[in-house]
Amino acid sequence: MSNVPNDLKYAKTHEWVRDEEDGTVVIGITDHAQELLGDLVFVELPEVGDTVDAGAECAVVESVKAASDVYSPVSGEVIAINETLVDTPETVNQDAFGDGWLFQVRLSAPADLDDLLDADAYSDVMESEAH
Amino acid sequence: MGNRTILFDTHNSMGARIVPFGGWDMPLHYGSQLEEHHAVRKDAGMFDVCHMTVVDLTGDRVREFLRHLLANDVARLQESGKALYSCMLNEQGGVIDDLIVYFMHETWFRMVVNAGTTEKDLAWLNRQAPAFDVTVNPRNDLAMIAVQGPLARHKALLQLPVPLQEPAADLQPFYAATAADWFVGRTGYTGEDGFEVMLPETEAVAFWQALADTGVRPCGLGARDTLRLEAGMNLYGSDMDETISPLEAGLNWTIAWEPADRAFIGRPALEAHKGDPANRRFVGLVLIGRGVLRDHQKVFFNDREAGEITSGGFAPTLDKSIALARVSPEVGGECEVEIRGKRVPARVVRPPFVRNGKARVEA
Repeated sequence: MSNVPNDLKYAKTHEWVRDEEDGTVVIGITDHAQELLGDLVFVELPEVGDTVDAGAECAVVESVKAASDVYSPVSGEVIAINETLVDTPETVNQDAFGDGWLFQVRLSAPADLDDLLDADAYSDVMESEAH
Repeated sequence: MGNRTILFDTHNSMGARIVPFGGWDMPLHYGSQLEEHHAVRKDAGMFDVCHMTVVDLTGDRVREFLRHLLANDVARLQESGKALYSCMLNEQGGVIDDLIVYFMHETWFRMVVNAGTTEKDLAWLNRQAPAFDVTVNPRNDLAMIAVQGPLARHKALLQLPVPLQEPAADLQPFYAATAADWFVGRTGYTGEDGFEVMLPETEAVAFWQALADTGVRPCGLGARDTLRLEAGMNLYGSDMDETISPLEAGLNWTIAWEPADRAFIGRPALEAHKGDPANRRFVGLVLIGRGVLRDHQKVFFNDREAGEITSGGFAPTLDKSIALARVSPEVGGECEVEIRGKRVPARVVRPPFVRNGKARVEA
């Protein structure tokens, strides 16, 4: 079973959110998601300054197998993107919760965080999809 | 749940991720599709291809039967063990399946057909064979394992039964040798050297394990697809099917037009379009912009829609995205492919992209 850190929040579409406690969050895809996708070969990120909406697609990760949309778990403005993924998308496979982060958002509605899952609830989602 | 090959439990014990394919539960990869791909280009990998069907065709008139059945001409097979790639066409000139046929002796040819098409292939064979008194025998008692890569033959040889080792070592490309119920062809679907081994199902697990112990890496369908795509080899169901003529699938080279009086099934339909300038071209594409080419993406040329990708993906050897595409005859040089609503430039090339570990197109 994949690793699910307790200090992160999750969306049921397999993104993770790390609260930086300065009004911004860092977002990536979970270890479980990268495992399902297989070797990543291409990542398309939003641009800095873009507005993203909670639940709307805002990035694409492509593995050798397929393309998969990434949905922003929160609304806000993109203030940073992980540009190293352009040349080394495999970083997401190697370290999904760390160096494989995708983008950082300044929250426009901090209450969005309350709608996200904790590690236990996300583990239940993974469990139910496995059956 | 799909059908399971005799190696199913072995795949699971080796960490395979299993997916449904052509009615079978098959390994997609055993951890990393990319590493499996590179193993076959640089060293040796093995594939469970038990889901494909071995069909033995026997009878006094089997050669005559195959000259009628296949678009390529088995008259080209004069030496025992020689193999031929061919399409099997319907009356409309569409492709029922693509296959390999081996000439063993005058009353025995062996054919290997695709998994997903097995049922209709056998129905077609059984419909055509009686007129030639040919017996059609699907060998469900045989397993098949492909061992591919520059070191594949070297690593596989000593794992073969002793009586087969010397004949196998002496095989030229596209020839096969047999001893008892074992059969080894120097053929494959990766663009690399190697063997395809057919053997009694009861001995398959031990053979697979012995290959693994000599350092042959288990590879799944994922790597098989990226390897064959780089090698510019067609995939039945993606690149061609019963509605597509081999003339529009890059398979002209597999049609034996001579002798002109050989009346193979589909010939009149094909001849009506032979050399027709309106035929769509089957080409390779190398993506210049960023992204990944995928099946069914649309191709644009001079701002007009001009065809479709039939197989697309990432080429690990080239570190680029590549595709096979069926396009209007005027398409050449540079075109564009629509990826998620955006047009991205791509270069039109002649496959293969990679052969024997080396890039054959400018990446």
